[in-house]
Order: sequence, then C-alpha cells, then structure tokens
Amino acid sequence: MNPTDRTLEPSVKEAPAHAAPTTAPSARWREERVTKDAPTPVLECVDVDVRYGGFVAVRDVSLPFGHNEITALIGPSGCGKSTILRSLNRMNDLVDGARVDGKVQYWGQDIYGPGVDPIEVRRRIGMVFQKPNPFPKSIYDNVAYGPRVTGMDVDSMDDLVEQTLRRAALWDEVKDKLKQSAYGLSGGQQQRLCIARTIAVEPDVILMDEPCSALDPIATLRIEELMVELRDRYTIVIVTHNMQQAARIADRTAFFTADVDETSGDRTGVLVEFDLTSKIFENPSDSRTEDYITGRFG
Amino acid sequence: MTTTTTTTTTPHQRLATDGRSRERNPRSVIFLVALWLSLFIALLTLLTLIVSTFIDGAGRLDSRLFTEFPSSRPQQAGARPAILGSLWVIGTTAVLAIPLGIAAAVHLEEFADRHSRFNRFVEVNIQNLAAIPSIIYGMLAVGFLGLLGVANKNIVIGGAVALALLILPVVIISTREALRAVPRELRQGSLALGATGLQTTWRITLPAAIPGISTGTILALSRALGEAAPLLLLGALVFVSFDPNGLLSGFTTMPIQIFGWTNNPQAEFRELAAAASLLLVGILLAMNALAIVIRNRYQRRW
Ligand SMILES: Nc1ncnc2c1ncn2[C@@H]1O[C@H](COP(=O)(O)OP(=O)(O)OP(=O)(O)O)[C@@H](O)[C@H]1O
Ligand SMILES: [Mg+2]
Repeated sequence: MNPTDRTLEPSVKEAPAHAAPTTAPSARWREERVTKDAPTPVLECVDVDVRYGGFVAVRDVSLPFGHNEITALIGPSGCGKSTILRSLNRMNDLVDGARVDGKVQYWGQDIYGPGVDPIEVRRRIGMVFQKPNPFPKSIYDNVAYGPRVTGMDVDSMDDLVEQTLRRAALWDEVKDKLKQSAYGLSGGQQQRLCIARTIAVEPDVILMDEPCSALDPIATLRIEELMVELRDRYTIVIVTHNMQQAARIADRTAFFTADVDETSGDRTGVLVEFDLTSKIFENPSDSRTEDYITGRFG
Repeated sequence: MTTTTTTTTTPHQRLATDGRSRERNPRSVIFLVALWLSLFIALLTLLTLIVSTFIDGAGRLDSRLFTEFPSSRPQQAGARPAILGSLWVIGTTAVLAIPLGIAAAVHLEEFADRHSRFNRFVEVNIQNLAAIPSIIYGMLAVGFLGLLGVANKNIVIGGAVALALLILPVVIISTREALRAVPRELRQGSLALGATGLQTTWRITLPAAIPGISTGTILALSRALGEAAPLLLLGALVFVSFDPNGLLSGFTTMPIQIFGWTNNPQAEFRELAAAASLLLVGILLAMNALAIVIRNRYQRRW
C-alpha cells in the first residue's frame, strides 16, 4: 500500500477483510430493489451549506434520501460526511459555532424552519454513533430510555423492550440478562443495543455515522444484515469508509470530496455524484468518483 | 521494525554494558534525594503529631468522652455537646451547600454559555473564592446574620451558613470536574433520542457523575468539620452544658472544644484535648476513606 492509499483510505482501523476494495464487488451484488427514478424523499437537503465559525465545511449540497431506502455517504476523510449527517437531525446545533444554511426538508417541511423544535426533529430522525455509546444503565433501561423520556404512550414497556430487541436481532443474546449493565456486552452487541435504543422511539429515519468502524468483520456483517432488515420500516442514511459495505447494502450512494481553496487552503466538502449504488460503483459519471472507488485518488 | 533488524545484523555501536545508568549522574541523584527528603519530612511530622497525640490522649479516649458534658473537673468532663454540635452543624452545612453547589455546577457546566463574559467572570471568581481564608467567611456570616437582625449569632444555622459558604466553591469545582469527566458521547446519545437537555442532565449526566461528586463533597465536608476560625468569630462557646436540639440552638463543635481545653492550664484537660483530637482525626480519616471507597467502587469504564 503506498502512502496516497493510506490518506485516501482512512479505514485502516477497520477490518482488513473490508478495507481497500479495488473493484466493485459485483459478484456479491445484491438484487436491485430501487429504480433509476428519483427517490421519494423522506428527507432532503436543498442547497445546504454548513459552517464552523468562519470555515465553510460543506457547500451546496442537494441530496434526497429515499423512503425505505439505504443511502450511503462515502468520500475521503474530512470531506464533510459527518457534518452533513449531523445537520440532518440538528445534532449540529450542539456544536459551538456550527451554522446550517439552506433547507433540510422532512416530508417537505424545513427542520430548520422557525418554531421547529430540535427535540422533536431528533425524535423522528434518530442517530447511531461511530463508537458504541450505551448508557451506564441496564440493557433494559437502555432500550426503555427513549420511550420514557419522550413520554411515548406504551402499554407494556416489557413488551416494547422485547419487540425492539428482537427487531435489532439482539433478543436471543440478551434475554437472560436484561437487568445487567450494558457494558457487559461486546462491542458489536453494544452497537446493536444502540440501534435498538434508537428504533425504540419509532423514528422515521436512522442516521448512522460509521457504525461498524469499531467492530470486527463478523459483527459488521450482523449489523449490515440488521440494516437491510430495518430498511423495510425505516429510511437509513449511513456514512461509511468501507466501500464494500456501501456496495453491499446501500440502494443509493452519494460521493463527496473536498475542494481545496487555492488562496486560503480551506478544504470545503462538495457532493460530487449521487446515484444508484450500482451506477456509482460500476459506471460512475464523474472521474473523481471513479478514481476514489478504484483506489486511485488525486 | 525494519530498523531493528538492520541494527541487529549490522551493529554500528554496541550498547554499553558497564551497568552505569544515565539516571545516576550527580544532578539526578541530588534531585531524587531532595524529593525523598521532602516526603520524609512531611510524613515524619504527621507521624510525630499522631503518635504524640495518641500517647497524650489514649488514656482519656473512653466512653466518658462521648457521654459527659464539659466540666471544671477533668475526670468528669466529656465532649458530648461538641460531638453532637459538630454533627448538627455539618449536617446542616451539607443540606445547604450540596444542593446549591451541585446546581451551580450543573448550570455552569451544562447550560451556561461558556463564551459569555459574565460566566467567565463567575468562573474565575469561584476559583478565587476557594482560596479565601476561612475566617473571612465567618465575617460574612456575622454580617449576614446581623442584617437579618439576629442578636445571638452562635446558633447552629449561623455556623452552618458560614461553613456552607466556605465549602461551596470546593463543591462547585469538584462537581464541575466530575461532570466534565462524563463523556460527551453519552449526552449526545441521549439528545439524539429526543431527550431534552434537562432530561439528559437528570437521567444520564448527573448519575454518571455521582462518584466524582460524592468524593469531592465528602472531602469538602471533612474540611468544614475541622474548621474553628469562622465559628469562633460567630462567638461559639467553649463551655456548653446542653445538647444542641435545633437550628436555632446554641452549640459548640469539636475543634472549638479542643481549642478550649488546650487553653486550660490543668494537664488533665490537655489530655482530654488530645483524646478529642484523636476522635476528630479518626472521623476525618473515616470520611476520606469513604471518599476513596466510593471512588473505587463506582469507577466506571465508559
Ligand atoms: N466541531 C467542529 N468544529 C470545527 N470544525 C469541524 C468540526 N467538526 C468538523 N469540522 C471540520 O469540518 C470538516 C468536515 O469534517 P467531518 O467530520 O464532517 O468530515 P468527515 O467526512 O466525516 O471525515 P471522516 O471521514 O474523517 O469522519 C473538517 O475539515 C473538519 O475539520
Ligand atoms: Mg466523520
């Protein structure tokens, strides 16, 4: 691996089996389930710019996220994937100095519009983080946390917890230790618990920022399977450095890159190409996309 | 890795094997000895103090110390009102200072705008307050009670106000540190589920910070327990012949009782003072041990 490969492919921390794909893994191509038509957007960025202080982190992003589809965001490190993801459920509000311009429409309604409560936005648009972050509570309480704080009308919390854990494909592994600390679980189980915790409040959209980068290949595959199952009920947006992962599970893929400003040297993220995953990996229209997915970047 | 293999196959220079370490040059040795001496002097002082107090006071460390009132006859004297007074005052101090301190810290750490000038000013001043001599807090409490028109200032609530003001900055600072140690990912995880900032603080951040908060608070209270100066300023009595029985009751505390006894020329009273000191040191050690136990027991991996 030459040095350019390394800067390009910051997923060295990821499982080697998944790292540095050189060609589209067409042999393992899943069946095409979405068509070329533009997706029915649940969530849509319209001319979104995100700034941190005076620094423009991403510029002019317009991107629809289709209903019950998995959309992958890929691109080199620092191109603003996490930034865009955080702007989709107003987690950027929590970052000092962050500012979002443009619109993020949720079923046509701007989530940054006047009077919109970010708390409600986050209840409908959930988020799973890169590093599993279960609460220092029991497994049961981790799942029940969301329904409790959002005051969900629940007949039986026990049933809700069981159902949710089943949907997150975790029930069989934890059913005998629901009252034990979530920290007793393995990293992969913790991450599935975090997914369970997120779907417990029945969001519409689930945002995932490199959810598998701290996991081994087996745990990664389990999460991928889970995402594919969840796709029937939820709209999923995933940031990943693992291109095989994008190719395996995403219906559509958006490729971002960073434009370097000649004078200031600032790197601003831009959306290069958004299309069906098969198109992006087999026949991209932009040469930068092709260079990136084939491992030649420059 | 490649360098290691080349060095072993083609050695440029052999590693010295004469056993002389660079750590041993005279400057390092002098420095190490100085460090060691400082530690030795500190420990020796402490040890001498404890041992000599023990020799003086062990004979009087009996049940009379706990059950008897002060008396002009040393054989019948005890520290009962002082022990009860200390409990009353420290209990009240805790009730006043802990909720206030934690609330202030939560505000500063979780909700206040870090960049506002006012909040930065408050922050700096809390640091300064922690360094102010305790007697100043006594004067503050005297002034405060005077404003309220309280004539007899030597009452439990008066002493507790002075001590609560004294430890408030310490409680705030240690609570803030404990809150800061809670990983941001936990807060974000909660907020991402649609919890409000307040819910996140109550249900996630504060519970996770409890070990740190309680150790800091216990240490602050043990400092208050040993204080005499602010209470003397309030006019604390050295000779109390009744049990304190309420917030408005007169009182004395153990450090003041000890102070009173050491001023007495009779040797038996010095013995009593030593015995009471041993008791006080014992209580302080127990509180510090409790703080350590809590810290170790609840240490979490995130
Ligand atoms: N909280 C922040 N404050 C200031 N600048 C930030 C902040 N977060 C991100 N940035 C900047 O915004 C740009 C985009 O960062 P972002 O984290 O979105 O990239 P990314 O594509 O997710 O990268 P990676 O693949 O490494 O996770 C970077 O230049 C980064 O330095
Ligand atoms: Mg990122």
